[in-house]
Amino acid sequence: MIRDITLGQYYPGSSPVHRLDARTKIIATLLYIIELFIVNNFWGFLIAGAALFTVIAISRVPVKFIFRGLTAVFLIIAFTFVINLFMVDGRILWQWKIFKITYEGLMRALFMAVRLVLLIIGSSMMTLTTKPIELTDGLEKLLKPFSLIGLPSHEIALMMTIALRFIPTLMEETDKIIKAQQARGADFESGNIFQRAKSLIPILIPLFISSFRIAQDLALAMEARCYHGGAGRTRMNEIHFARGDAAAAILMIVFLAVIIASRFLPTIF
Amino acid sequence: MSIEVKDLRYVYNPGMPGETVALDGVSFEVRDGEILGVIGHTGSGKSTLLQHLNGLLKPASGDVYVDGQCITDGKAKLVEIRRKVGLVFQYPEYQLFEETVAKDVAFGPKNLGLSEEEIADRVKNAIELVGLDFEAIKDSSPFELSGGQKRRVAIAGVIAMHPSVLILDEPTAGLDPSAHADVLSMIRRIHESMGIIIIFVSHNMADIADMSDWVIVMDHGRIVLRGKPREVFSHGEMLSGMGLAVTPARAIMNRISAEIPDLKSDALTIDEAAAELREYINRTKNI
Ligand SMILES: Nc1ncnc2c1ncn2[C@@H]1O[C@H](COP(=O)(O)OP(=O)(O)O)[C@@H](O)[C@H]1O
Ligand SMILES: [Mg+2]
Repeated sequence: MIRDITLGQYYPGSSPVHRLDARTKIIATLLYIIELFIVNNFWGFLIAGAALFTVIAISRVPVKFIFRGLTAVFLIIAFTFVINLFMVDGRILWQWKIFKITYEGLMRALFMAVRLVLLIIGSSMMTLTTKPIELTDGLEKLLKPFSLIGLPSHEIALMMTIALRFIPTLMEETDKIIKAQQARGADFESGNIFQRAKSLIPILIPLFISSFRIAQDLALAMEARCYHGGAGRTRMNEIHFARGDAAAAILMIVFLAVIIASRFLPTIF
Repeated sequence: MSIEVKDLRYVYNPGMPGETVALDGVSFEVRDGEILGVIGHTGSGKSTLLQHLNGLLKPASGDVYVDGQCITDGKAKLVEIRRKVGLVFQYPEYQLFEETVAKDVAFGPKNLGLSEEEIADRVKNAIELVGLDFEAIKDSSPFELSGGQKRRVAIAGVIAMHPSVLILDEPTAGLDPSAHADVLSMIRRIHESMGIIIIFVSHNMADIADMSDWVIVMDHGRIVLRGKPREVFSHGEMLSGMGLAVTPARAIMNRISAEIPDLKSDALTIDEAAAELREYINRTKNI
């Protein structure tokens, strides 16, 4: 069901990964994504995968929980895999009429798929182990230097906080509306693609109206509590770097070196 | 027509963080033409229970029988069950989506695959049954109506499917006193003219006492009390222990009998309380 999507969801815990400063995790995630694009052979992916697996193990987030929420995403990856597989020219491995699979196509498709899977699981690890509020606090602090050149860092962070905060609310709302329409005999599962698209209208319109209502209430509540933007705001819980963050920083540097070194390993295939 | 629930259990998010046992062995039965009132603290499992009665939720264990037919064995046709058991959610006005009131009410009947004439007929009857002026309202947008009207349109949308059981989850929540009274008299009217089973949840004890043939009290996913309203509301202390209360009239009479021990009272409604007081005054006037 729609509730099962765990993208952007927080998994409560107190592991060393959970306790890291949000800024550390944001930087580590960004670095990891960049490193996935530095990698140019399967050795690199093997190392990157092992590192990710280690982080998952330390964080104690159940693997089942991570994957349950990514089924839809994996479908999209499977789709790009197939597209890549058939669309690249090169040494032909298999051919049937106009369809052909080439060595280069296979390699490209595999590369892209592995890269995307690692990328998505890697960034899910950040949201799974960081409270949304910490995440946006961290982001705001990281963006602070850019406010010198006019970047509205507080507003960006606030928009993210609100978006993240309301994902579960809107999911709950969607769930309720779907059930209410099913109770009136609505059928979302059968019919061709046009009929199915049309059957979404009874869900989307009430959802739209609810979102506006929620947004209006929120704006009013913020104004009533004298919200007036970022200038001069202080916070109740300041975030601090700790010893774990230093350790994480060292590991990140080592890992970056390993990944760069992996480019010079001989390819397996 | 009857509805029978046998040892129902339901768990939200099994094996995940936030695992909640929402129903923990619930059994009851409602027979033809009866009104069942359901009370319980917020989070006691009332809404979860109602969603099992038309197959929206599948129980972890236990069974639901509608008219003797099991709807939880996976063989029953869902459309058939939803035609028989109409469920009106809490704040049903949030499910309205069509351009006009008539079209919105027609959504359910259309999903049943009825003929155009049949649909038009049912829409008109349903809107009139919920106490709205069909001609005046049929072409207006449901979003222009008042809160109470919206809610009645949403209820008409379920009535138009001609269910044999009508389930309402907190049908009067958030309404002003006059809309509240309208919705209550509407439920009575539906019950009288269609003669169907009605199951409703309410936090208004006076409404429960007034309307129900039977009352069940839920707490932590179980039924802790059941019986005729008078029986259930005689357990005042137990109810307040669960964050519930007796009816206002009952509470006043309890207080008065504490002051005047020879005024014996078992009144639930204001009318009954008034009658008892009148009787007491007449009896003691001449002493
Ligand atoms: N969609 C859901 N996901 C997880 N837990 C839920 C969900 N809906 C209800 N619950 C939990 O199940 C329990 C029963 O809820 P509910 O049936 O809504 O109670 P009531 O209607 O009596 O207020 C509560 O503890 C509630 O937090
Ligand atoms: Mg409820």
